[in-house]
Amino acid sequence: MSALIESQGLTIHRPGTSEPVLTRIDFRILPGEIVTVVGPNGSGKSSLIRALLGHLPPASGQVTRRKGLRIGYVPQRVQLDTAIPMTVRRFLSLPRRVTDAEAETALGRTGVPGLGPRQLTQLSGGQFQRVLLARALLSQPHMLVLDEPTQGLDQPGIVAFYKLIEDVRRETGAAILMVSHDLLVVMRSSDRVVCLNGHVCCEGTPQHVSGAPEYLALFGADAEGTLALYRHKHDHDHDHMSAMPAHAHGPGCGHDHSPSPAISGTP
Amino acid sequence: MLDDFFMRAVLAGLGLALVVGPLGSFVVWRRMAYFGDSTAHAAILGVALALAFDISIYAGTLAVAAMMACLVSALVSRGQAMDTMLGVLSHSALAFGLVAISFVPAARTDLSGYLFGDILAVGRSDLALIWTGSVLVLGLLVLRWQRLVTSSLNEELAMAAGIDPRTERLILSLALAVVVALAIRVVGSLLISALLIVPAAAARGWARTPERMALGAGLVAAASVLAGLWSSLRLDTPAGPSIVAAAAIFFLLSQAMRRA
Repeated sequence: MSALIESQGLTIHRPGTSEPVLTRIDFRILPGEIVTVVGPNGSGKSSLIRALLGHLPPASGQVTRRKGLRIGYVPQRVQLDTAIPMTVRRFLSLPRRVTDAEAETALGRTGVPGLGPRQLTQLSGGQFQRVLLARALLSQPHMLVLDEPTQGLDQPGIVAFYKLIEDVRRETGAAILMVSHDLLVVMRSSDRVVCLNGHVCCEGTPQHVSGAPEYLALFGADAEGTLALYRHKHDHDHDHMSAMPAHAHGPGCGHDHSPSPAISGTP
Repeated sequence: MLDDFFMRAVLAGLGLALVVGPLGSFVVWRRMAYFGDSTAHAAILGVALALAFDISIYAGTLAVAAMMACLVSALVSRGQAMDTMLGVLSHSALAFGLVAISFVPAARTDLSGYLFGDILAVGRSDLALIWTGSVLVLGLLVLRWQRLVTSSLNEELAMAAGIDPRTERLILSLALAVVVALAIRVVGSLLISALLIVPAAAARGWARTPERMALGAGLVAAASVLAGLWSSLRLDTPAGPSIVAAAAIFFLLSQAMRRA
């Protein structure tokens, strides 16, 4: 299967400086895959996304997007200017006009049917994220890109949102690339996790990454908790985890230690 | 009909109202209120230069206002704080304009005409220019409407759709420069941004979509022109300020009715 987006040796500098934000990133995402990028603040997660989308020019290396690739994008912290009056229905027609039927189908698919006449500013955080997702789906994308889509949602809201993402993948076959802080949920709903801190620290199945020393070093106690909960829910993974030798990975290590494809990330 | 100075004033005001509705809405949406001010103040410098070099007032103001628009766009893209830059440029431009105009003896007597406009002195050629300019700018806005609205709402979403927000910002800035140059005769450079902002602000409370706000702002602007000119004719008030005062009253009414 050919990659939807692929980067080779991608290096990004902070705008106007020669200070690298990201160094030599090799990344690819395949059709239908759910890939999550995790990493501490300032680790270059959003820069990676924006470079993959072509919004940031690479300092070196290259990004290849498949020809004719349609991407549905939900940026981080979409702050809408409250000065603009905007109904949900009108918002869905920006910038490409869609029919009422298309709009209602998209809203229904993301679980917020009938929200069309509401003002965007009157929506709750969860409703707004779903409207953004509905808008991203309108172009029938091959791939959805979501930059911290659950920021500002409460725990049940986060769980519900990731469940929705999985449903969308199942129904549309779209690949999904996410940036997230919600370690627990990410671990459950991703096929592959990329742990980023200026470079790719470690990468692989959720089970692999959550056991990697780099990951534990970056996320510390939080990760321990995530791991414990994760193991608790999937105790069949214990054997694999213990079979995995805990060794240190060098920078840019992208190899995968998971012993068999039997352990897929989705429960 | 065009022989009557009052009729010409009404037509000039309505021609401007046509374009200040949608353009003023963008000024409100993008919080560019001071942008209008600085372009308008720069226009005084344009008047001075036009008089000194004996070229058309419209050409002079348009050139300086357009330069100002590009300068501000460039500075903002380079990461300068918008409000500080506009404060610096706006008042410097006004100061240089007033200094420059003092060297042109012919203009000194006429200065208030450019600061406050003189809609009742609009001639046939002014009228033709105002309508041509308004229709062209309006056409440009309509043509690029979806792009402009998307990038005003959120630049990231616009970029994801293949829209370059910088292009759209520049287009709006240049459209603003054209309208400022056209409006200097009608309401003068001190009150142009009021004509852009106040009707749009009045329409904001009622509108549920960007299009309705733009339309509503246009209607409020047109009503303000008619009310202001009526007051000028009946009560002998100065025309330009009366138009803006009428717009301000519409704004107050819209706020009061909204609360009720």
